Amino acid sequence: MTSVLLEVRNLNKIYQLPRKDWLSQPRTIQALIDVNFTLEAGRSIGIVGESGSGKSTLARLIMALDRPTSGEVLFQGKNIHGLSRQALTRLRPHFQMVFQDPYGSLDPRQSVLRIVTEPLHQRDINNERLDPRGLRFRAEAALDEVGLRSSDLDKYPHEFSGGQRQRIAIARALITRPSLIVADEPVSALDVSVQAQILNLMQDLQEAHGLTYVWISHDLAVMNLVCDNIVVLRAGEVLEQGPTHEILQNPRHAYTKALLAAVPGQMPHSTTEN
Amino acid sequence: MLAIRDLVVTLPTARGRVTAVKSISLDIAKGESLGLIGESGSGKSLTALSVMGLLSERAQVQGSITFNGQELVGMADAQFCHLRGARIGMIFQEPMTALNPVHPIWHQVAEPLLRHRRMKPSDAKEHALGLLERVQLPRASERLGTYPHELSGGQRQRVMIASALACGPDLLIADEPTTALDVTVQKEVLELIKELVREDQMSLLLISHDLGLMQDQVDRIAVMYGGCIVEMSNTEDLFALRAHPYTRGLFAARPRLGMRRGERLTTIRGSVPSLADLPTGCGFADRCEKVVDACRGAKPPLLPLTHGPLLDGGGAAQIDSDHRVACPRWDMP
Repeated sequence: MTSVLLEVRNLNKIYQLPRKDWLSQPRTIQALIDVNFTLEAGRSIGIVGESGSGKSTLARLIMALDRPTSGEVLFQGKNIHGLSRQALTRLRPHFQMVFQDPYGSLDPRQSVLRIVTEPLHQRDINNERLDPRGLRFRAEAALDEVGLRSSDLDKYPHEFSGGQRQRIAIARALITRPSLIVADEPVSALDVSVQAQILNLMQDLQEAHGLTYVWISHDLAVMNLVCDNIVVLRAGEVLEQGPTHEILQNPRHAYTKALLAAVPGQMPHSTTEN
Repeated sequence: MLAIRDLVVTLPTARGRVTAVKSISLDIAKGESLGLIGESGSGKSLTALSVMGLLSERAQVQGSITFNGQELVGMADAQFCHLRGARIGMIFQEPMTALNPVHPIWHQVAEPLLRHRRMKPSDAKEHALGLLERVQLPRASERLGTYPHELSGGQRQRVMIASALACGPDLLIADEPTTALDVTVQKEVLELIKELVREDQMSLLLISHDLGLMQDQVDRIAVMYGGCIVEMSNTEDLFALRAHPYTRGLFAARPRLGMRRGERLTTIRGSVPSLADLPTGCGFADRCEKVVDACRGAKPPLLPLTHGPLLDGGGAAQIDSDHRVACPRWDMP
């Protein structure tokens, strides 16, 4: 029944640093070392790590924003890094990204309509060319999905709160009707009360549309809630991976234990509430 | 040691002056640590900036802040400079911007000593080394000449803490000191702050949006919403009772490790209102589940908890008379 949507195979990424002087060997940093995982359609995987772990590099490679040094990213069975430019462009609408900072990721000079329909402007998708009315219709539907009103389409980002901006960013990701969404710390810049709303929204959307998520986060309490599986990354290396509840209940690696211990103030009544 | 009475801060905005801090009062005794919790726009950082005398000139401050008996509101800047960095130490969120990128780290740590204690540079440098060792900067003696960009985020925060402690302040103000750090580093830095505060018998004002972080860190907590303190208590009772509906909502909204995959979080409806749009009456009324008409009339005062159905029924025996809440309906179902 389930089918694999995304597979990451032996993924390596080496960044070259500038030479110290012109005679010396170029220095390199290995940002990802042999990363492997598979993700079934409709499921969520969490990439857990701190700064320098390579989690953002991994997101960029999955989104085909950068090329790996070696290894493959198979999306619906096709290696996206082996595709022609045209073929990749045709595939792009199927994977979208939501970024951490809802202030930095929306262009302040563009209306919400323009922002949300941006992915549709890129190329005509599946040869459907949308007229302004069609675009507006699609944008209204996307805003409705994320709990905003169609009257919001003609406003600008500064008129919205952080949580609403993140809703706009999610609407932008949804508008191409993607099957995969890579969410890079989508709630870590939000207030606690708003964070809960966005987490619930993203879970509702997953259920409604059968979306597949790659969550990038350092917060194990969030991961526990939204991910079926997690991959713990440190310095580019996978320390452990598997079903979320197994790893959180029985962490093998000392680093995973440290991450768990660092989740601040887990309430004593945590399991009994609600 | 620190006493804030009826502090009001107003700010000019495009839509006229708004009252960002609405008459708050709180005390911190010597050696006591107080946590100020709130989301964006709650007024928590403005409260801290008022104590440090760092509010922009366009902000108007009324009320009184006394520090060791000295009135800080309206104090001349020149005089304030003798307190700030000397008697009052400060740690900010982002160590990369709070440190000066063109000075080596020993100089940043020694600056308060050069300025306030008029130490000779060689003595100050030696002193700085002692401080950097105290905040457990690894290989401190080799690193006196390094610059902030050569250090990691956690190390930079240690340098900032060393600088804040240089003159042995009576009060340490830490505004989101670990928000920009990785979680594992966060924990180390918090432990360090706790240890130093205890060793030096300093008072601590810790500001954060993160409830969980406060639990092991402070003696008392004040919860702010819309420029007001809505609940104040010792840490244990606050975590046990969570009297104000907003405090309750904040607790419920936090993802917890004990939850199941796919579980939905309990949310507080709506979003944090902008200060200009705050309702008269209780600022939380529009988002509150217990709201009745009376809530929108007058702002509920911060009053000690009294017994009510919730307490009698639940048998939560002793209430601390210091536990205060700004909601007369807190114990109604």
